[in-house]
Amino acid sequence: MYLASVTRPAASGTATKIVAGNVVALGTVSLITDISSEMVSAVLPLYLVLSLQLSPLSYGLLDGIYTGATAILRIVGGFVADKFRHRKLVAGLGYGLSALAKLGLLLAGRSTGALGFVIATDRMGKGLRTAPRDALITLSTPEGALGRAFGVHRMMDSVGAFLGPLVAMAVLTVAAQSYDAVFVTSFCIAALGVVVLVLFVHDRRGTLAAQPIRLKDAARIPGLGKLALVAVLLGLATIGDGFLFLLLQKRDDLSLIWFPLLAVGTSLAYLVLATPIGALADRIGRVPVFLAGYAVLTVTYLLLASGASAWLILVLYGLFYACTDGILMALAGPVLPEHLRTTGIAVIQTGQAVAYLGSSVLFGLAWQTIGSTPAIFAAALTAVIALAATALVLRRFAATTPAVAAEDR
Amino acid sequence: MKFRIAALSLAAVLLAGIAVTYVWFARQAQPAPAAVSPVTLESGLLVVLNRRLAVIDGSGAARVSAVECVRVYAAAGTGVCLQPESPWAYHLSVLDSSLTTTKTLPLPGLPNRARVSASGRMVAWTTFVGGDSYASGGFSTRTGIIDTKEGTVISTLEDFAITREGKAYQNIDVNFWGVTFAADDDRFYATLGTDGKRYLVEGSVKSRTVRTIVSNVECPSLSPDETKVAFKQAVNADPQQGWRLSVLDLKTLAVTHTAETRSIDDQAAWLKPGTIAYTVRDSAGDPSVWTVSADGTGQPQLLAPGAESPATLGNHL
Repeated sequence: MYLASVTRPAASGTATKIVAGNVVALGTVSLITDISSEMVSAVLPLYLVLSLQLSPLSYGLLDGIYTGATAILRIVGGFVADKFRHRKLVAGLGYGLSALAKLGLLLAGRSTGALGFVIATDRMGKGLRTAPRDALITLSTPEGALGRAFGVHRMMDSVGAFLGPLVAMAVLTVAAQSYDAVFVTSFCIAALGVVVLVLFVHDRRGTLAAQPIRLKDAARIPGLGKLALVAVLLGLATIGDGFLFLLLQKRDDLSLIWFPLLAVGTSLAYLVLATPIGALADRIGRVPVFLAGYAVLTVTYLLLASGASAWLILVLYGLFYACTDGILMALAGPVLPEHLRTTGIAVIQTGQAVAYLGSSVLFGLAWQTIGSTPAIFAAALTAVIALAATALVLRRFAATTPAVAAEDR
Repeated sequence: MKFRIAALSLAAVLLAGIAVTYVWFARQAQPAPAAVSPVTLESGLLVVLNRRLAVIDGSGAARVSAVECVRVYAAAGTGVCLQPESPWAYHLSVLDSSLTTTKTLPLPGLPNRARVSASGRMVAWTTFVGGDSYASGGFSTRTGIIDTKEGTVISTLEDFAITREGKAYQNIDVNFWGVTFAADDDRFYATLGTDGKRYLVEGSVKSRTVRTIVSNVECPSLSPDETKVAFKQAVNADPQQGWRLSVLDLKTLAVTHTAETRSIDDQAAWLKPGTIAYTVRDSAGDPSVWTVSADGTGQPQLLAPGAESPATLGNHL
């Protein structure tokens, strides 16, 4: 079986079946965990600036330092999960680490070192859990329904992200502005997420590989290089949510009070569109939908430069996410051999994350040197080039690489 | 399945119990609002006490108003209060001597600094704004000036023409913070952050210009005789290592470290010639106002426990 047939699965078969119980369980864990983490994200700047009176300029410096460490940890975590076939355990460690980080905020006080460590721990937890979680989704879902499965998962994830700030606001109001109360509540919610994971998510341990797997095996996964390239291209074409919202804010001179709502607009669109787009990808093929995502991104950039309605731009940006984020995983999953799937997914996600960081820095430089409008056009051009390159890579990919997980069906 | 449902229910009840109990205790622990007393901006030490505008008189007794503020300043009967609407939204209120609001302005971001010129005419503010930076999670500042006489608002100093080290300068990463005004209600000093450096700048509101004077000087506070600025100096020019409260002679550019050796992240205020007041934070972030001599001698003195954001209203001490 070839990837070409992955992209054009039979219309019948799995289309009628709704997603697997394990996917719903993982989605529930993500939903609960995202409430917890977005609660903290929503109040952390307030806490650092107003309660601790830390200079946020120095907090900004804390931020970028651990990105590299997280990337390595993600790949190592993925490999360990594959080697010992304990995807659930590694994901659980990641969720647990992030939960503990919420308590760490209580203990860190005003020490920037301790705060940096706590924030890094939270990131590491996130880095550790995403690859085994996505691997479990692919291992729990028939290949033809992967788009829908990831769509449902990402929808549940976004619901949590949407609710988090609201819960934080409610806790702050009830607890007389106590940030500690927000952190404790966030920890309790995160712990509940871990409990749901432990009780309701089934590990897919599969059969033991004939030989113990080694890290260098990961380098030989057929097709992984090309999928990683696709992920890097995706990262490079994305200038970053922060920049997009900032450009909108500057362009329309939006009051900064509206700034947080821009992200809400995009996540609402993503939340609504994730499942139908995923299902659509299962029917008409994931590659066309993925490529359409680039077209949507290009249009989003062009509209941003042209002065079109902010809401239209936010909705299109959500659509871009729906066409690419989960779809990439649905595309990659069946191609990666089961015994190295977590490692493969970790490599792909790391490629995307690192390229995304690089792209943000490049866009910042472009903005600074050639101005915002030319920089947006440059980003649109990058998206078009990425579209063409991705089409090329996936076409040749389809012709040369056998997909391994065909027997799942 | 039955076991798992039961275990989940038990965990949910237990965790919800912990959260609710903690929230309840946090609610109880909050200090009851102090009795509201009549407060005017006529004499004493203006501070923020438990998030309320308050005035401490010579005997140390505090009169706490009903006005909620995160940061305050006042001079010549004009007050400025950076006021929360919700934990996420703030506005600036210009107050008259009897604390009646004469003007409000929605603020972008989180309040940080506030100043009023000696005549009470010019008002300046600084906020921290999210997202204005390359790395998401990075911050930048926004600083504006209000001319209460003309009614004009300069919503950001970032539009001012910048002369850096003698040359015209432009950069998207420009940030301003911590304005202090001269007596002519036109000249001002502030911090300009750009290109990884933090400069003391001197500016003019009328001509909309600033020029850099010296680097590694933040949050200036001009002395009443306008010969010195009190400021925070980043240790080894690295804000990560904390700040040393210092005084710069504007003529010779000589820097004197004050006797305060704790890291001070504040824009100090001159209480009288030769004495500056500032907020100290303990490890939990709880404030207290201290004073120290501007000439580097003596020892820091605790002036007002529990208070922050000091400003003298005259006839004090």
